[in-house]
Parts: sequence; structure tokens; C-alpha cells
Amino acid sequence: MNKRTPLYDTHVASGARMVPFGGWDMPVQYPDGIIHEVRQVRNDVGIFDVSHMARLEFRGADAGRFLDTVLSVRASRLEHGLGRYHVICNEDGGIIDDAIVYNLAENRFLLVVNAGNADTDRAWLSSHLNAFAEDDDVDVELVDRSLDIAMIAVQGPNSVAMLDGLTGDEAGLTTRFHAGEATLDGERILTVRTGYTGEDGFEIMFDTAHAPGIWKILVDSGATECGLGARDVLRLEAGLMLHGSDMTVENNPYEAGLRWTVRPNRAEYIAGEALREIRDNGTPRRIAGFVMRSRGIARHGHPILVNGEEVGVITSGTHSPTLESAIAMGYIDVDHTEIGTAVQIDVRGRMVDAEVVQLPFYRSDRPVKPTALRPRTRR
Amino acid sequence: MYPDDLRYSSEHEWARAESDGVVEVGITHYAQDTLGDVVFVELPEVGSQVGQFDKFGEIESVKAVSDLFSPVSGTVAEVNEKLEQAPELVNADPYGDGWIMRVELDDASELDSLMDAATYTATLE
Repeated sequence: MNKRTPLYDTHVASGARMVPFGGWDMPVQYPDGIIHEVRQVRNDVGIFDVSHMARLEFRGADAGRFLDTVLSVRASRLEHGLGRYHVICNEDGGIIDDAIVYNLAENRFLLVVNAGNADTDRAWLSSHLNAFAEDDDVDVELVDRSLDIAMIAVQGPNSVAMLDGLTGDEAGLTTRFHAGEATLDGERILTVRTGYTGEDGFEIMFDTAHAPGIWKILVDSGATECGLGARDVLRLEAGLMLHGSDMTVENNPYEAGLRWTVRPNRAEYIAGEALREIRDNGTPRRIAGFVMRSRGIARHGHPILVNGEEVGVITSGTHSPTLESAIAMGYIDVDHTEIGTAVQIDVRGRMVDAEVVQLPFYRSDRPVKPTALRPRTRR
Repeated sequence: MYPDDLRYSSEHEWARAESDGVVEVGITHYAQDTLGDVVFVELPEVGSQVGQFDKFGEIESVKAVSDLFSPVSGTVAEVNEKLEQAPELVNADPYGDGWIMRVELDDASELDSLMDAATYTATLE
């Protein structure tokens, strides 16, 4: 049987359609539908139950030093309160997961990882932690907080005003990619200014017992309940990768467009050597964005063709309500990654015209115009 | 949600017998609700032949794609071109403005092999 978050009964009572996801029963959509939910997040505020994501805490004087060996960024150098998106790579440079690490306080780090990879991540991190702790007299422990902390993503242009209103202007003090604290419903909550939608917003964490109460306060304040369906559309519009779909352990961060998350020139980093080699040799394929130019929607696994020759594969695709166009991401041979390249996507046997476009498809700081999907010159 | 004057297939399409052996075809409330927001309907060519329970097109929502199966055999007489610009009509009005095609029947008795509303509704429970 799948696991349930502390908000399971709340979702069912709201009429959500529940689906299995990463070992959990999660809401895929509420009665008003995915497109409505996407629009609410782009224009107002949407809330998502993200309690299924795993929250791993690393404590001890050597916690930062340990994380430096297994994460693609130098966690020990993060100032207190700062978070960083990164990838967790194996010794070959393959992406085990993508995650955010926060330096919460002195000798205390929080790692938030994907639900579907949580077991793999925990096992892999534990085994490296055991090896690390064997070498010398080190002080670091891994504490799994996934089941005693709930997490809600509050996303959209009005999310800051809403949370400020509910916390006596405390929430807005937390700046982008930082962690802070605020009081909501009399409860001390952790606020991190991040998300997976391409909009400004927060992920808030607190004791699971308060989850239904805080969810209700947010709904009563005007937030729209949103499910995994809207989350997937929003993150794809924002050009954000989904592990398990757009990248797996078979991919490296260079071809996945995540070079900016990797600091490979570090002696302590276990994937450093492999990643330096990949970086120096270049990758034969790269992730790219596509907009469909004729009718049809590309989906995961559909082949990408140029002049009848297969040159890549789609990893995610959907209809974008924001751009009113079908969009997709996929890996394509580097010879064909230039913006404006015409390609065809094999949509279940039917060839659909598409074009390579700049990622992301959508940015909250740029207005959406019809021209947004016209070819752009590469910077 | 399941009008009495329609016949229903187990693939969740409906057929409405009109005059002159023409049948209007669409998907049921259950189908549109299960799919969620419809964003694309691949319509058949007017004049093409469709077989009973054979695939005649595809319907795609934000999150999934489904084949469309014709509840009757015949020749496609008309398709709902409004769906090209407004596929959401399938959700908003599945038995009205959200119709998908009209078929000239080969064999009127095929309608008898489809379910009435009560029988179809029972299969959904």
C-alpha cells in the first residue's frame, strides 16, 4: 500500500483525484482541473502538498565536510540560511537525484530530495556516510525528518503578500533561495523561498500535526489547491528538469543543462574526476527545448528526427496553458541544438513539426507575448 | 450525465441516431472527466471509413492521450472543426458542442449492439 501524507484526508475531502506517485498516494488534480490550477499559480497563489518529498537532516561538526564529498556543490561554504539547488552524482558522474541543500544553522544541514528516489538516496548517502565516518573520528549523523515534518509549497505572484499577511510580515523577510522562520497559526514554521513552478513563492515546513490546519488557513486566504498535474506543467514551462523523466542515473549534469550546479574542481568530491572528464570531452547530446509548430503533443519517449534521421528523444512534453502551445524537452545531438533548428517529432507514428527554442519556455519576469515562441538568436 | 436518447460503447463513446441514417458521435461525461482538460482532438478525415469499435482518432488532455473508438461503422460525413480551436468543448459540453464526428451508418442494427444509458451507467459503478 502506498504511503499517505498528513494531508491525504484533506485532499480527498476537497475532491482531489488521487494517484500513486513515488510510493505515495498524491492528488493529481482537484475538481476545477489542471489548466485552472496552472493559471491560478501564474496569476495568484496555488498551494501544493509536497510532504512526499524526503527531508534529510545532517547534523554534527563534520556534516558540511561530509556533504562536500557527495554533493555537486560545496555545502560547507553556504552561509547560514542559504540553500542551493544541485545534483547528487555517483562516482561515474551519473545523476542519482537532484536536490536542494540548506545550511540551516551551525552544524545543521537540510537536504530535500525527490520522493521517488528517497530510498535510493538514503541508502547511497548512508553507505558513503559509513565510509566517511570509518576513516577518522568524525561527528556527523543523518536524521530522516520526512515523516515528522510536513511541507507545503505556496507558489505564485501573490504568495509573498499572502504569507506576509498570515505571519505578521515575517515571511517576506526570507529572500530568494534562503531559509527563514515565521509564526503561522501559532506555530513556528520554516520558510524557504524556493519552488518548482517558475514563480516566486515558498516551501514551508512544520510539524505534521499542523498540516490540515495550515492548509485550511491558506485555502481560506484564497490559495488554490493544486496537484501533481499542474506542478508538472508549471515546472516544464519554467524549463525545470524532472528526475526520472528528463534525467536518470544514465545522464550527466553537463548534457542535462545543469553545468551551473556542478563544482567539480574539488579534491574531496567523489564525482569530481568523472565530471571533469565529461566536461573536458564534451557531451554528444544535450537537453533542449522544443515548441510544436503543427498540431500534436510530444510525450516522453517520442523520437526526434532531422531529415528523417533519428537525432534525439523527448523526455517531457505537454500542452502549455500559459503559452497556449505544445512544449517539450528532450535530448538531441549537439549538432542540432541551435535555436531555431527545425525538427520533427514522431508522435505515435505521426510526424509533427517542431523547433528548437531557448529554455526556459516561461519566465515570470518576462511578459508572455506571441513572439515569445519565435526563434531567438543564441546569446 | 448520461442522456437516455443516446447509445453507449464500453470504450466510453456515445452515438446519437439522427435522421437519414446519420449518427453523431462523442465521448461520455465519464471519459471527459477521467481525461481531464482536453487540449487536442485528432479528428478523422471527412469521407474516410470507420469500423465499429475501431480507432478513428486520438484525444489528448494535459496529462494523457487516449484513442477514440468509433461506436459504429460507416463513412465520416462531418467532423466538429470547432474542436481544432476549442478542444475544451469536449469537457464543457460532451453531448452538445463537444461532439466529435457524424457518421453515415453502414448498418443501422449496429446501434442495437450498444448499451442504453442505464446499462452503461451500471458499468461505471
